[in-house]
Amino acid sequence: MISLEILEDIKGKVRPELENRLRKEDKYIIDGDEIGLKDEYYQKQTRIALKNCDIIDPKNIEEYIAMDGYSSLGKIVTTMKPKEVIDIVKESGLRGRGGAGFPTGRKWETAYEYDADKKYVICNADEGDPGAFMDRSILEKDPHAVLEAMAISGYAIGSDQGFIYVRAEYPVAVQRLKLAIEQAKELGVLGNNIFGTDFNFDIELRLGAGAFVCGEGTALMESIEGKRGMPRTKIYRTAHRGLWQKPTIINNVETFANIPVIFQKGVDWYRSIGTEKSPGTKVFALVGKVQRADLVEVPMGMSLREIIYELGGGVPDGKRFKAVQTGGPSGGCIPEELLDTPVDFESLGKIGSIMGSGGMVVMDEDDCMVDIAKFFLDFTVDESCGKCVPCREGTKRMLEILERITEGNGKEDDIDKMEKLAETINSASLCGLGQTASNPVLSTLKYFRDEYEAHIKDKRCPAGSCSELLRYFITDKCIGCTKCKKVCPVSCISGKVKEIHIIDEDICIKCGACADACPTNAIIRK
Amino acid sequence: MYVTLTIDGQKANVPKDYTILQAAKEIGIEVPALCYDPNLEIVAACRLCLVEIEGKNKLETSCSTKVREGMVVHTESEKIISIRKEILQLLLDSHPNDCLTCQKAGECLLQKYAYRYDVKFREHDGAMRPNLVDTSSPYILKDDSKCILCGKCVRTCSLIDDRKVLAFSNRGYDTKISLDADQTLETSSCVSCNRCVVVCPVGALVDKRTMGKMRPWEGESHVVKCKACQYGCNFEVLTKNKEKVAVRAMEPDQGRPLCLKGRLTTELINIDMPDKPYRKIGGRFEETTWEKALGLNEILEKIRTIKDND
Repeated sequence: MISLEILEDIKGKVRPELENRLRKEDKYIIDGDEIGLKDEYYQKQTRIALKNCDIIDPKNIEEYIAMDGYSSLGKIVTTMKPKEVIDIVKESGLRGRGGAGFPTGRKWETAYEYDADKKYVICNADEGDPGAFMDRSILEKDPHAVLEAMAISGYAIGSDQGFIYVRAEYPVAVQRLKLAIEQAKELGVLGNNIFGTDFNFDIELRLGAGAFVCGEGTALMESIEGKRGMPRTKIYRTAHRGLWQKPTIINNVETFANIPVIFQKGVDWYRSIGTEKSPGTKVFALVGKVQRADLVEVPMGMSLREIIYELGGGVPDGKRFKAVQTGGPSGGCIPEELLDTPVDFESLGKIGSIMGSGGMVVMDEDDCMVDIAKFFLDFTVDESCGKCVPCREGTKRMLEILERITEGNGKEDDIDKMEKLAETINSASLCGLGQTASNPVLSTLKYFRDEYEAHIKDKRCPAGSCSELLRYFITDKCIGCTKCKKVCPVSCISGKVKEIHIIDEDICIKCGACADACPTNAIIRK
Repeated sequence: MYVTLTIDGQKANVPKDYTILQAAKEIGIEVPALCYDPNLEIVAACRLCLVEIEGKNKLETSCSTKVREGMVVHTESEKIISIRKEILQLLLDSHPNDCLTCQKAGECLLQKYAYRYDVKFREHDGAMRPNLVDTSSPYILKDDSKCILCGKCVRTCSLIDDRKVLAFSNRGYDTKISLDADQTLETSSCVSCNRCVVVCPVGALVDKRTMGKMRPWEGESHVVKCKACQYGCNFEVLTKNKEKVAVRAMEPDQGRPLCLKGRLTTELINIDMPDKPYRKIGGRFEETTWEKALGLNEILEKIRTIKDND
């Protein structure tokens, strides 16, 4: 049977081995108890949720233990009362990292207070925002952190059964989790009589079948129950009646990954990082037009500018920054003048975006904001479950308007129509997916209205990205090589050898083949 | 335990487990709702019954929100009306303009609320629901183009363990109601009990044997109890020009499953000139005799034998 002493023994044996292995590569900093990743890039970050990632071997439970893994669980189940555990989580100020930022401790407390013969702990690992991959990294590189946290939360609320709802599109994560659960059970940190106490906790995996909406808590529970993944109307809170109508807490992967560390290092340490209302760190998937696209974990309250320029290295190829999209399909586009906004739940909400699960997509001058809004809305329309009318019908109509705007068929009153539709969809939809679906449209309308107007009134795409609105011209750089004429699929280019060629715009289908073929970059699009 | 709340300026004193919608009904306020049915699970999908509750930022669906002491509710505020109109418009934008010939006209809830809130069909060049009509059954017509996806049919069908034929399939705008693994009324395991037809608020599921016979304003109806079994489900007999033209199922009460045999029996007893009956044999509807349809063959045979022996 596992005990704190055995845990200590394993750590004592494996830690030197781990350090020896790490010392062989010049990638790590080993400083007393701390092991971190070398490189200035990592020094600018504060890694809590990602603390073991790229350091330990995720397939080896002993290396997790060597990094103090399972010591929090051991300490909690042998020395603490459930209420004390909840109080620490409450005091830490940890807020849900899945997007909404609900205080984790309060969620646990609600489930704790309801008396029931069965309670459940769910880990939401159905990460679905386009471009977001922080949960995937944690699951693949540090699966035991999630298992340990789930067991802690099980102990706190009085549950003996956990489920990890992980998307099937993450095969490596699934594999690592399976192995991790197996190892944890073998060692006795999961299963019956954990650390010799009467606390039992088991974890099962449930694979998502590829529906974005199943990341919504109640739809996820429906899916675990074997039903069609559609959000429920919240007559009761899920902490009261959730999975199979039993008290259930559902937390995101990253939220869970914070838990063991909070218990290792204490509330004061945790609260010293981040802001007053949003303590701790947040992992962002910084992608798009940045020099270094990667996961970054930074203290809450860091400015967008610092993240994008200090960590991401700014926009490549000398292009001009235009906007950063945070929060995935529920989030908004933030313009350059707001780049000094600190990243925390409240500040992002104030400027029409959200923290979301941590997607951060940087866009430059070549990106058309109408097209970006269309991209995200297209995603939502595709992923709407079809249950409630505003989301099912409304987002479809809004997308139709955006499509015609980007195709040059926008009408004068289209912006008004979208704003009215957005109000209905936001305030009348059943779940978060619908309630936030129009955010990408509203935020781009707020900060980049002139781009919409250019599309509608002048039939012009200022970023030169909407192909239907592009016009191709041949400038006087043309040397008359005839290459463009040869590749044009609709024969709309005329001109004699060694003379400047001309494109007949009425016939041109804007395929861009001529521009690609031109050896002198004489063909421009506007 | 009772609580007192204020709805549109009127006081209501109702049991504490009531929803706002139920409480409003008690004091004569009808909140529009397409997906709500007191006999079915509450899903809050149509969003038409949204109301404003003082002190709450978000609008709440009155079908799913329980009453609370001192609650102040507005069911017809300017904001609510504007949202209802928009929701109805969204539904009409996907719905065929067929009220002139629709069997459901006069009883259709979509029609009723469109009239109440003055929302009209309009021309648009966007998507419409595909015109898929399942004509395979002699008993039920399923017209997907008219479906508003309220899901009442799915919920009522799933209440009977050995049925559970109807389900949602696809998602988003392409969501539709399917039978089994996308079968037709004829090839599926549907037993033509018509529970779904009874709850459908629009003309998406219609009793085919009533089609073209009459619409509510053209005649009268009276309720009869089915005599086929001890459940005694309620049926309506439709009368037009003093002729009894059709029978249709009414909402099945608790524990009453509704069935085809009961409906045919009630039809035969009450209707002056009933249509031919059909039986589903091996996934095909076949015209049959009344004896066979009602399973009376052996009984009649025996009665004849006894008579002959006399």
